[in-house]
Amino acid sequence: MKDTDIKRLLYAHLLCIFSIILSIFIPSFFLENFSILETHLTWLCICSVFVTAVNLILYLVVKSNVSSKRSSLSYKVTRFLKCCIYLLMSCFSFHVIFVLYGAPLIELVLETFLLAVILSTFTTVPCLCLLGPNFKAWLRVFSRNGVTSIWENSLQITTISSFIGTWLGAFPIPLDWGRPWQEWPISCTLGATFGYVAGLVISPLWIYWNRKKLTYKSN
Amino acid sequence: MRLGSGTFAACCVMIEVLGVALFLRGFFPAPVYSSSGTERQVEHPAPEPSTGANSNWTKLPPPLFSKVVIMLIDALRDDFVFGSKGVKFMPYTTYLVEKGSSHSFVAEAKPPTVTMPRIKALMTGSIPGFIDVIRNLNSPVLLEDNVVTRAKAAGKRIIFYGDDTWVKLFPKHFVEYDGTTSFIVSDYTEVDDNVTRHLDRVLKRRDWDVLILHYLGLDHIGHISGPHSPLIGRKLSEMDSIVMKIHTSLLAEERETLFPSLLVLCGDHGMSKAGGHGASSIEEVNTALVLISSAFERKPGDSRPPKHVQQTDLAATLSVGLGLPIPRSNTGSLLFPVVEGKPMREQLRFLHLNTVQLSKLLQESVPSYKREPGFENFKVSERLHGNWIRLYLEENNSEALFNLGTKVRRQYLDALRTLSLSLSGQRAQYDICSMLVGTVVVLEVLALLLLSVPHALSSKAELEVPLLSPVFSLLFYLVLLVLSALHVIVCTSVDTSCYLCSLSWLMAGGVMVLISALLCAVISAVTKVFASGKLLSKNPAHSSSRWSELDLLIVLGTLGHVLSLGASSFIEEEHQTWYFLVNTLCLALCHEICRNCFLGDSGAPQRCLHAEEEFDGATRAPQGRGADWDMLEIDRVSTGPSPLEALRDHERWMVLASPWVVLTCCRLLRSLNQTGVQWAHRPDLGHWLTSPDHKAELSALAALSLIMIFVLVQRRCSLASKVAMAFGLLGVYCYRVALGNVLFPWQQDNKDISKGITEARFVYVFVLGILFTGTKDLLKSQVLAADFTVRTVGLWEVHSGLVLLAALLSRPHNLPVLVLSLFVQTILTQFVWRPLRHDPAEVTVMHYWFGQAFFYFQGNCNSIAAVDVSAGFVGLDAYVEIPAMFLTAFATYTGPVLWASHLVNFLSSETSSGSSLSHACFCYALICSFPVSAYIIMVTSLRYHLFIWSVFSPKLLYEGMHLLITAAICVFFTAMDQTNTKS
Ligand SMILES: [Zn+2]
Ligand SMILES: [Zn+2]
Repeated sequence: MKDTDIKRLLYAHLLCIFSIILSIFIPSFFLENFSILETHLTWLCICSVFVTAVNLILYLVVKSNVSSKRSSLSYKVTRFLKCCIYLLMSCFSFHVIFVLYGAPLIELVLETFLLAVILSTFTTVPCLCLLGPNFKAWLRVFSRNGVTSIWENSLQITTISSFIGTWLGAFPIPLDWGRPWQEWPISCTLGATFGYVAGLVISPLWIYWNRKKLTYKSN
Repeated sequence: MRLGSGTFAACCVMIEVLGVALFLRGFFPAPVYSSSGTERQVEHPAPEPSTGANSNWTKLPPPLFSKVVIMLIDALRDDFVFGSKGVKFMPYTTYLVEKGSSHSFVAEAKPPTVTMPRIKALMTGSIPGFIDVIRNLNSPVLLEDNVVTRAKAAGKRIIFYGDDTWVKLFPKHFVEYDGTTSFIVSDYTEVDDNVTRHLDRVLKRRDWDVLILHYLGLDHIGHISGPHSPLIGRKLSEMDSIVMKIHTSLLAEERETLFPSLLVLCGDHGMSKAGGHGASSIEEVNTALVLISSAFERKPGDSRPPKHVQQTDLAATLSVGLGLPIPRSNTGSLLFPVVEGKPMREQLRFLHLNTVQLSKLLQESVPSYKREPGFENFKVSERLHGNWIRLYLEENNSEALFNLGTKVRRQYLDALRTLSLSLSGQRAQYDICSMLVGTVVVLEVLALLLLSVPHALSSKAELEVPLLSPVFSLLFYLVLLVLSALHVIVCTSVDTSCYLCSLSWLMAGGVMVLISALLCAVISAVTKVFASGKLLSKNPAHSSSRWSELDLLIVLGTLGHVLSLGASSFIEEEHQTWYFLVNTLCLALCHEICRNCFLGDSGAPQRCLHAEEEFDGATRAPQGRGADWDMLEIDRVSTGPSPLEALRDHERWMVLASPWVVLTCCRLLRSLNQTGVQWAHRPDLGHWLTSPDHKAELSALAALSLIMIFVLVQRRCSLASKVAMAFGLLGVYCYRVALGNVLFPWQQDNKDISKGITEARFVYVFVLGILFTGTKDLLKSQVLAADFTVRTVGLWEVHSGLVLLAALLSRPHNLPVLVLSLFVQTILTQFVWRPLRHDPAEVTVMHYWFGQAFFYFQGNCNSIAAVDVSAGFVGLDAYVEIPAMFLTAFATYTGPVLWASHLVNFLSSETSSGSSLSHACFCYALICSFPVSAYIIMVTSLRYHLFIWSVFSPKLLYEGMHLLITAAICVFFTAMDQTNTKS
């Protein structure tokens, strides 16, 4: 494994973090009364758009020099459509999971769905960019000893940390502090964001730390 | 001595129960009565203070009222009288409150807001300890000094109608009484008619001085359908008409006798948003208190909101009103508006009497009472009062006298307020000594359990318990000596409140021997672990790689749950924690299943790799203890690369779908009963079903559920018990029809509501029959020592007997909980645990988690109010203590008990290895005792927390009860294990 790879990973991740920071500050120039807590849903939309855009750009930059074979237009289009369907499905299935976890079924549907969207942005979008719509590959990456590159490794780390962040984000909800961020789903979205950012920061460091121990089967 | 790990765990849990009981005894000390309360000497009332001139008024002032009627309406929240509901439904009372000659207050009740402690508070003026809640079901005679006893001693004739708690508290005090039992909660008309039917006759008579009426109907309506039910309005109107009846009759009598009388309208506690009571929310604490008498000045329609006072203030007011001495342990202060119309000298006399009583109580309970601000205030006002008396006796009827009088009065009121505030802060002291001893026992047991994990979960499931060595060891005697020395020191010290000191020497000695023996056992276990740890450290084991994600989740979840018990909100909302954990568990299972299903081929090399690693570990077996761990894993891995490969295609899909089915079931159940505190008021299916408009739907659901229970249970029963089960379930439905909860399809309206005694006993016969058949089968399998299937059938019959009992005891809208619990058990057995070959420890923990979740699905929560006492009266004519306690405990803990019994069934029918049951028993004991031990420490450190009585103490009682039930379960496990090894 080369250090340049890790460096590229680090830059990519820094870009993602930067996009999240931008999504906090840029809209306040255009929108009045914009703040994360009060206009939470707007921020969620903007943030997910920003992160998706950065991921797509990274994908185009990184992958354009790799996959040039059999890149017929129809193949690309079907692949893109498939990706969209996967993304939608992941949004819906996250929504279903949140409802199963106890989110209200009828009230606050939009809020719950936007939580599903932001979580999909943090987890499914990078997966689609890196692995494509290939369910088996996903499963392989998310089972033990299944990763084959540092990119997949970092993907594993960021995705799991986003999940854990969302999961932990639900903890403050029953507390009787009465803070505005305890409202559903603000603490969960914040948890997801923090988890994602933490994953982005940790994964290059972790890979750098363990670069001697890590050996990938087909790298 | 070698012990099986199951037996060992059962013993440990039983010792732990002992420790927790000791802790509870220290945490909830028996209420300490005012020391002079026992000696019934005749005391003279405090004379008026005087400086110089001698006062001639040493006797008690005469009564203010000739007759007193106390009308206690259970759960009369303040807004039922003073709020919009009062205006709408209680016009007469509202008129009295706003325009009539009355004083109205909002009386604050102290938690626990349960009837009996509240009656005690009203009559003694003291704040009863938390332990009174537990005695609520079995109320002993009130020994403390109280208004009723004082009134009887003064020759007043008292008549009582209503809740028979009063009759138990004051068994020989009433010249006439009629008690109604308060436990048949579903009845809200008869309980009140029982009281009202005496009213006309009694009001005509003149031969009584005090009339006490306790109306239960409002509280029962609250329990059934909550504070927003239309029934509440009707009940309030009924109560209003009774107020009018009593008041007009009292007025008519007054016109003849010219003596004023008093009508007290009050509530014992409020009603929470969900309709229950017991905790400390504002709705439960605030009650209405209206004092009506022609002696009071008529109010010119002032609309100030009623003042907030303490509930305990009524005792002093009643004593003054009846011309009685104030009860000794009273902490309340006289409601001053009552005596406001009297001459200044009498006003000051009353205030003085009350202050003297409070300061005496302060002297008894606080050693440094002289520095208390209330006491200083009292001394100042007494001196001023003396001055005033001197001026008064000098016939100085001037402005100065009046001014001084008002000053003294203000001073007294101030003193009263501070005194009563500092006294109500003085609760019963914790008995730290017993708490400490209990904690030590519990922690030692936990340490022993933790240290013996590697041996107990080994394939042999046996461990060496060094029972003999402590007896001979020096350490044992040393510790014993130190402990006895400590015991002597504590016992002989001046003001000891240690429970152990009050025990006989033999008992206390037994506890000390236990502690030192446990300590020795722990120390020897630690040395053993260190010795084997050194061996192990030579070969760096791959311990981390053996942990699957599921194990990690189990460990983290358990730890997280234990930590969450430190926050009061998490205790109030503990159901959320369990739902969350169970959901996550299902998702983790889903992940595992997906991996096994889809990576079956591509992941094969990896699996083999894993297996190789395991075998590697196994070859090193002789070297270390780690090998013991592996045996189970090897069982699991060596049978095939992917356990799901053997399955057919559609079964595979079922396996994939099963976690989602379970998740859906959990979500459905979650919306059945909203529990907890924060979201308890949210609408839920349970309330929808129990409302009177949806009786048909409820009937259909109950019938469907009973049929489903039969379908799910019958497949593994013998024919006889199948038939018994069918009849039993039919009986359950008949019982609910008799109670008026559900309807037969041909029945239009419920006319006659009975207690359903016959129907319930009919079901009990079948429950006992099925349990008997099961036990017989078990015994047969043991004697014949061959038949495996007979044993399985026997175990399942015991399980189904428990299910039938649960079906009888649970409310009709909770029957789906039972059905879905059976359904989830079936699904998980068929499609998850069996194909994926989880090891017994994991299966045990999952059973425990699901059991906890189902405990909350039933609608339980960590407040005393949530206990459904009515389950203790199913099939019983009257309150019989032991069966009622057993039935209530079973109805409350149905979820955990049924899941534990399913665990026995699953393990003894599935696995061939004999040690799985004892492994399961050990795991169950460990995972149950871990939260209890941690919680005991947390509660000890939080004992001065604001919510200690309202949140932490009820949870402590729940934990204690849970541990007791765990002990019973572990004994059952061990018994099954014994039959298993013998057969
Ligand atoms: Zn009550
Ligand atoms: Zn009640």
